[in-house]
Amino acid sequence: MATPGLSPELLTAATLTAPVRLANYLVALPVVVPLLFASGLLMMRGRLRWQPAVAIAGMTVLLVINLLLLRRVASEGPQVMMMGAWKPPFGIAFTADRLGVLFACAAAVVALACTIHAAATVSLQERRYGFFPFLFVMIGGVSGAFLTGDLFNLYVWFEVLLIGSFGLIVLGSEHRQLDGATKYCFLNLIATTFFLVATGLVYGLFGTLNMADIAMKARSMEPNGEVVTIATLMLVAFGMKAAAFPLNNWLPASYHTPRFVVSALFAGLLTKVGVYALIRVLLMLFPAERGGLSMVVAGVAAATMIVGALGALAQSDLRRFLNYLVIAGIGTILAGLALPLPLSSEPTAGPLQAGLSGAIFYAVHSMVVMTALYLAASLMTRRADSASLHEIGGLWRSSPLLAAVTLVLLIAVSGLPPFSGFWPKLMLVQAMIGGGMGWLAAVILLSGFLQTIACARLFALAFWRPAPAVDRGTDEPGAMAAAGVRAAAVSIARVMAEGRSEPSMLPLLVLALLAVAIGLWPQGLASLTGAAAGGILDPAGYHLSVFGGAS
Amino acid sequence: MRSVILRATAPYLTALMVLFSIFVLLRGHNEPGGGFIGGLIAASAFAIYGIACGVASVRQAMHFHPLAIAGAGLMLAVLSGCLSIPLERPFLTGLWAFPAVLGGDVGLSTPMFFDIGVYLVVVGSISAIALALEEEDS
Repeated sequence: MATPGLSPELLTAATLTAPVRLANYLVALPVVVPLLFASGLLMMRGRLRWQPAVAIAGMTVLLVINLLLLRRVASEGPQVMMMGAWKPPFGIAFTADRLGVLFACAAAVVALACTIHAAATVSLQERRYGFFPFLFVMIGGVSGAFLTGDLFNLYVWFEVLLIGSFGLIVLGSEHRQLDGATKYCFLNLIATTFFLVATGLVYGLFGTLNMADIAMKARSMEPNGEVVTIATLMLVAFGMKAAAFPLNNWLPASYHTPRFVVSALFAGLLTKVGVYALIRVLLMLFPAERGGLSMVVAGVAAATMIVGALGALAQSDLRRFLNYLVIAGIGTILAGLALPLPLSSEPTAGPLQAGLSGAIFYAVHSMVVMTALYLAASLMTRRADSASLHEIGGLWRSSPLLAAVTLVLLIAVSGLPPFSGFWPKLMLVQAMIGGGMGWLAAVILLSGFLQTIACARLFALAFWRPAPAVDRGTDEPGAMAAAGVRAAAVSIARVMAEGRSEPSMLPLLVLALLAVAIGLWPQGLASLTGAAAGGILDPAGYHLSVFGGAS
Repeated sequence: MRSVILRATAPYLTALMVLFSIFVLLRGHNEPGGGFIGGLIAASAFAIYGIACGVASVRQAMHFHPLAIAGAGLMLAVLSGCLSIPLERPFLTGLWAFPAVLGGDVGLSTPMFFDIGVYLVVVGSISAIALALEEEDS
């Protein structure tokens, strides 16, 4: 088992020889499993009817792996695997710390819910175009981005998830979908180019791409303009991906065009990958430079929150409305990254740590709740046969369960107690006031107030009021019964022809229950996000896990 | 394309290019070449065959759908990394074996299987795109 061309001495100097048990493989499996399922599903082109069952099984496996990894990381600290056994900092490290694994777990929950929804809504034609393989490629990319410990590898995973998302967003090939996809692709490619340029600068300046290595080298470096340039470029790149003001306009222009389940996935996952990368790069790698950019981040956060909330108030299309709620949520998360550097020598306490913890908490909440809202919008559109708030109405009478679940989700997303959106906002507001940024706390509350109004408007229009008198045939019982029979016949024919059926409420219910559970018992998640924030602000443990106390 | 010359030479040209692409793939470990460039050569071979003799005959000759070939390649690449699991090495570690075949050592390695996987992914996805574009034209 020798590699040709390398002497045994060289090999022991360059590679790790310690045996790697199966339990250590938990770090790599969240990437391996989706890619295996993606390839398997690609080869199952002749078995389109089996694809949903296989996809649901795959996502379940992924969720179980991520939960096992979370348990391990929470009890033992960051887990590392060096790809190909090459020693750090030369080999590519996969480093699962609390922040990454927490995001990966939330992503797996969201992905499983969307897969169950997609099993009923994605037609045979769309399966033939590769919906499920693209889905797994995208989830593999998202997991890789959350778990990698190498800056260039992070870029690679961004590309992988973009390939998957490009495939998903053009599914259907309608004119407006191609229009949305063009905007989405173009802006994402620009952002990725910025990221690549910044990564090249990092390698030129530090001579390493390993995140643990960069974090330590940047902390011991004299303040200089080059690092500030890198940090600013990264802020622009990931801010664009996260849809932060003023680079947010691609999101409402593209997220309402694909299938509902694709919108749900994108809203839950992709902007949060941008937020994750911002936290990782700005707070862990370049904290001093981020401190200098503090007011810029604060301004961006405030503008994003206000733009999102006002945009939501102005929209009448269900998904355009939700798009703006996503943006408002991104602003709220960014507020947690804006606090000034702690003055004391203790980096893992104080308002910045509390704010970051609140931001991570809010991001997890937002992944779950925004995905659930898009899935709810999918069901609402199906039942009312329209996505416009001018035409939907009276859903409370026809679908009481959907109305109750949507109400819970709308309260959660507005940040009102007792659901999952309340606690992270409380943590953020407290941290803002403690960190001397009272105005930003006021903006968070104002944005929350505007979002509450927008959500109340949605609920009142779509559920409470009687169905508006859109020309939909007569009201006579006989005609209505005939229409009902006709609709049932059409839906049965559709099931037979396209493999579609009425999506079940199950994934929506589970996500809503999760939002309620987080709201009622926030302690567990809050302590986890607190530890995750501490691990980001003081990466000594992260560094130790990669380099093992040596170097 | 209605050219007798092209149609007559295309089968030979395609066979030669596919053979050459496999040569480029296998020499790629230590010398210029490899799965990506080899896959591009093979995909252009199929594209030429499609231009000369029509897309339908290419699809028939490939037997599997191009995207299924790409899927098989992705699976081969990932599985070649997974071979490290039973040997308790980190993911994607290069493992080598030198079985003696016909009196000489044959170097088998996981990097080679990974590269074959890359080759298949590139062949599958690029020829899927090329064939779709050619169908659009005709």
